[in-house]
Amino acid sequence: MASYISLILGCILVNNFVLTQILGICPFLGVSKSTKTALGMGGAVIFVMTIAGFFTSLIYHSMLKPYGVAYLQTIVFILAIAGIVQILEILLQRFSEPLYKALGIYLPLITTNCAVLGAALICSQKDYGLLKSTIYCAASATGFALALLIFSSIRERLDLARPPMVLKGLPLTLITAGLLAMAFMGFSGLGK
Amino acid sequence: MVTLVIIVVVGLLTGIAIALVSRWFGVEPNPVEEEVRNLLSGANCGGCGFPGCAGYAKALVAGAAKPGACSSQCAGAAEKMAKLLGVAVVHKEPKVAVVFCSGDDMKATRQALYNGINDCRDAMIVAAGAKTCAYGCLGLGACARVCPFGAIEINEHRLAVVHKEICVGCGKCVGACPKKLIKLVPKSAEIHVHCMNPVRGPEKFKACKAACIGCGKCVKTAPEHVKLVPGAALAEVDYGNPPPEALAEVCPTHALRK
Repeated sequence: MASYISLILGCILVNNFVLTQILGICPFLGVSKSTKTALGMGGAVIFVMTIAGFFTSLIYHSMLKPYGVAYLQTIVFILAIAGIVQILEILLQRFSEPLYKALGIYLPLITTNCAVLGAALICSQKDYGLLKSTIYCAASATGFALALLIFSSIRERLDLARPPMVLKGLPLTLITAGLLAMAFMGFSGLGK
Repeated sequence: MVTLVIIVVVGLLTGIAIALVSRWFGVEPNPVEEEVRNLLSGANCGGCGFPGCAGYAKALVAGAAKPGACSSQCAGAAEKMAKLLGVAVVHKEPKVAVVFCSGDDMKATRQALYNGINDCRDAMIVAAGAKTCAYGCLGLGACARVCPFGAIEINEHRLAVVHKEICVGCGKCVGACPKKLIKLVPKSAEIHVHCMNPVRGPEKFKACKAACIGCGKCVKTAPEHVKLVPGAALAEVDYGNPPPEALAEVCPTHALRK
């Protein structure tokens, strides 16, 4: 139990996907203009990554590992993740219209989110079991959502500031992301 | 062999799963929405202000938009849509894109020979393009390539020309031009001042024989139709009251033309 708690905390704070492992940078910069879209994207990532983590781990342990073709993981995982996102979209549209509307365009966008594939690959690399993989993916996604939320709040406030012309827009965004990543380095002493 | 089997099996399973799920749980598309969408042109030009034809159809069915905003659908299609939805058509004024430059290779000089990537946006990075005039059409066709209707032609003297009869005024080219020379204007306007360079007349005339030198002849002849741009040696057509075609004859450099 204690090992799972340290795993979850480690994923969210110490080895934060965006700020420490530099995965999923495109949505981090792309949809962090407002807290609302950040929340939508964060929710969608948590949702998809947890489910994708479970299924990719299932495929890895039931097919790839026993037949000794672990080198196929990248292509098979991409296939599986794309399929899972498609199925999720159809099911959500049918059974949970509000959630489908809330996630909106972010759901199909996640198909190409490297954080989802990254989490699946890390799980198989570290040879996590089914439960541990799912927890790892869910916690990593929560870390992603947290980083996205913090970053979008910062950017919303930055919009009110009047930075020098040279820094306006993307330069300031990138500097802010760097500072945020440095702040998260403070957590590195928290666990292994 | 195992590789092949595993990829095929995973692919097939995913495919079958998606097919079955969409068969059992898929949401039937709204039939009215489908019909409305078929009445749109399907060009996905974005001229209506919605993300593609599907987005506009959705907004129409939801009541968030009125028929008549699509400038590329056939005549009468907007009325059919209005009948289908039980609302009135709100026609918007038809617009066309105009390239505000007359400086083709016969009239405008070049400051350099550009041999780079064949696109205006790339040429713009290198000393703002090869034309001497900073407001000159580069003629490399960024606008023509982005046009979903093929309404823009780069003519033989390397100048972008909009074919008014094909253009629907979606505005995609406006954002594509790195020199910002393309504007949407009312279709009813016959002639335009094809120049956007605000510098002094003699200065731009040196670079381009087709520049508007700001002589003010057109303004004197028809002050109600044309006015001078404040602070610039440049005339501008008043699109609220467009001038007749005959006024083009007074322009000495033929910047004011069709």
